[in-house]
Amino acid sequence: MDYLPNIIFLLILGVGIGYFTKNIRIVIRNIKLGLEVDASDHRKERWNNVIRIALGQSKMVVRPVSGFMHLIVYVGFVIINIEVLEIIIDGIFGTHRIFSFLGGFYGFLIGCFELLAALVFIAVIVFWVRRNVLKLARFWKPEMKGWPKKDADFILYFEMVLMTLFLVMNATDVHFQAMNNGNWVSQFIAVAFEGVSVNSLHQIERTSWWLHIIGILVFLNYLYYSKHLHILLAFPNVYFGRVNPTGQFKNLASVTKEVKLMMDPAADPYAAPPEGAEAPAKFGASDVADLSQIQLLNAYTCTECGRCTSECPANQTGKKLSPRKIMMDTRDRLEEVGKNIDKNGSFQPDGKQLLDDYITREELWACTTCNACVEACPVSIDPLSIIMDMRQYLVMEQSAAPNELNVTMTNIENNAAPWPFNQMDRANWINES
Amino acid sequence: MNEVLKVPTMAQYMAEGKQPEVLFWVGCAGSFDDRAKKITKAFAKLLNRCQVDFAVLGTEEGCTGDPAKRAGNEFLFQMQALMNIQVLDGYEVKKIVTTCPHCFNTLKNEYPELGGSYEVMHHTQFLKALLNEGRLKVEGGMFKGKRITYHDPCYLGRANNEYEAPRDLLRKLEVELVEMKRCKSRGLCCGAGGAQMFKEPEKGNKDINIERTEEALETEPTIIAAGCPFCNTMMTDGVKAKEKENDIQVMDVAEMIANAADL
Repeated sequence: MDYLPNIIFLLILGVGIGYFTKNIRIVIRNIKLGLEVDASDHRKERWNNVIRIALGQSKMVVRPVSGFMHLIVYVGFVIINIEVLEIIIDGIFGTHRIFSFLGGFYGFLIGCFELLAALVFIAVIVFWVRRNVLKLARFWKPEMKGWPKKDADFILYFEMVLMTLFLVMNATDVHFQAMNNGNWVSQFIAVAFEGVSVNSLHQIERTSWWLHIIGILVFLNYLYYSKHLHILLAFPNVYFGRVNPTGQFKNLASVTKEVKLMMDPAADPYAAPPEGAEAPAKFGASDVADLSQIQLLNAYTCTECGRCTSECPANQTGKKLSPRKIMMDTRDRLEEVGKNIDKNGSFQPDGKQLLDDYITREELWACTTCNACVEACPVSIDPLSIIMDMRQYLVMEQSAAPNELNVTMTNIENNAAPWPFNQMDRANWINES
Repeated sequence: MNEVLKVPTMAQYMAEGKQPEVLFWVGCAGSFDDRAKKITKAFAKLLNRCQVDFAVLGTEEGCTGDPAKRAGNEFLFQMQALMNIQVLDGYEVKKIVTTCPHCFNTLKNEYPELGGSYEVMHHTQFLKALLNEGRLKVEGGMFKGKRITYHDPCYLGRANNEYEAPRDLLRKLEVELVEMKRCKSRGLCCGAGGAQMFKEPEKGNKDINIERTEEALETEPTIIAAGCPFCNTMMTDGVKAKEKENDIQVMDVAEMIANAADL
């Protein structure tokens, strides 16, 4: 019976990690529903971006207050998780603080963890206040109603509880407090437990220990259902992010083929496509499967911070467009398609698509393509590319551009300018006084 | 000081068997829009003054396809692009300068993949280079000490990371350069990009150019400097809507330099 806790621990650990792995596989499968893209170029620049933007948080600190707070939580998250290694070893082998033989160094490590835990706790409180008391505009946009709002708060509560458990666990660890080695913060919490019997302290310490590790595993599994996936996906997402100038929009190769054929005087206009020829690709995107795998990864990576939306000129002037909503809608639709596949084995038409059922035309046509959203994103998400792909679908597959744009395009086609001026008058300015 | 403008075409150069140093890509706004034509002329005067050997395509130039592409009409964009590339390659053009950031971005970034690779410069970059080479002299003149704010065009700034060339030129004019709250990489769009210039905006509570003009007015400038014919139009409309057109001018950086030189 002595091994019962070890077995229970292993069981919990196995279920926690196993269930998470299963869900991550679904995420990967869903991302692969998108079109393949070749991102084998610019390797060095991509790694540089990962170091600078993802690891170095260079875009987070553009906004100093939230950037600094996030830096604390980020560093705290990464460093405190070293402690999880000890917890897992202790849990499996029934040991207690296995690394404590490291002596002074161990104390230093734990001391740092404690300090970070306290700082994370404070930062998370600040985040909560910004959201719920100061009510920063970007956290209260229409797309943040309901689950997204709750999700954001849950994450903050989770982190508060986990940090508290970690500190209480240390504070009630009689042996650890007696060592007086690394209890930088917990010694002050231990004061609150003065007069509590050693036995009760042990009970509290054990309870905190178990709740802490179970909490971590629950949080890990919560990621899949949450916007918080960014803590993992930010890194690959930044790697696959833009490496060209943001003004460079991609040229559709399928269109190049057609245009070249059209301009070729030797081409036979009546030629039938050769036998077994591929059907021409659909132009643009009306649903998630028309988007690239990178765009779908973007959608899973978005943590709904809303920096894109708060910088968007259309959104700032009261238009319906919100780049964050574009990303949230893409993820929602992708998950809907994923569930459809889980249920039916393969995707069965459900009479819905990303266009109109999630993202309206009014949103798409409000974009000025100014790239403010792309610039603002701390993890290199590109909402503009999705807007452009959907505009392409509207114009090239449906001829559904706003009428004024149809006039503009007709002008360009007929007289090589967006206005109805004759191309032969193009140089008149030279001789006008 | 009204020198006769010398603007040869590529066809004329070719007939003489010569290659100009650079092709001046005028763009649709620069060719047809009354306000933008003044920018075109100011820049051409500067080129003349600096004895830059340049030519235009004239009637052989056509829209780069930028508004078509941003509106989602990739087909029309590529038709324009391939036709322009044929013309440009026919004249063996190597270097292009343009007063329009949209033409600049499209020619520089989107044409190479379609077979048209050229060295492309925005006119502020080109003027800066002339200044560095000592071919262009810029003096404060009428602008010395005036409060001026510069509006970053999205397709020059964020899209292509050029924030300094226009500002360097303005500093040369000895102006008091005041920045708006949102500037450089966080600069607010004028509202014209992405083919918005050619359509009514979607429903909202304000027009983007008004929002941007209000921000510019907060700096209490005498002139709002711009580097894009479309930004120029949007900001000019904004200033008019605020009934400030008698106090505040919207000017292209090239116009300011030309004016300072009394051209």
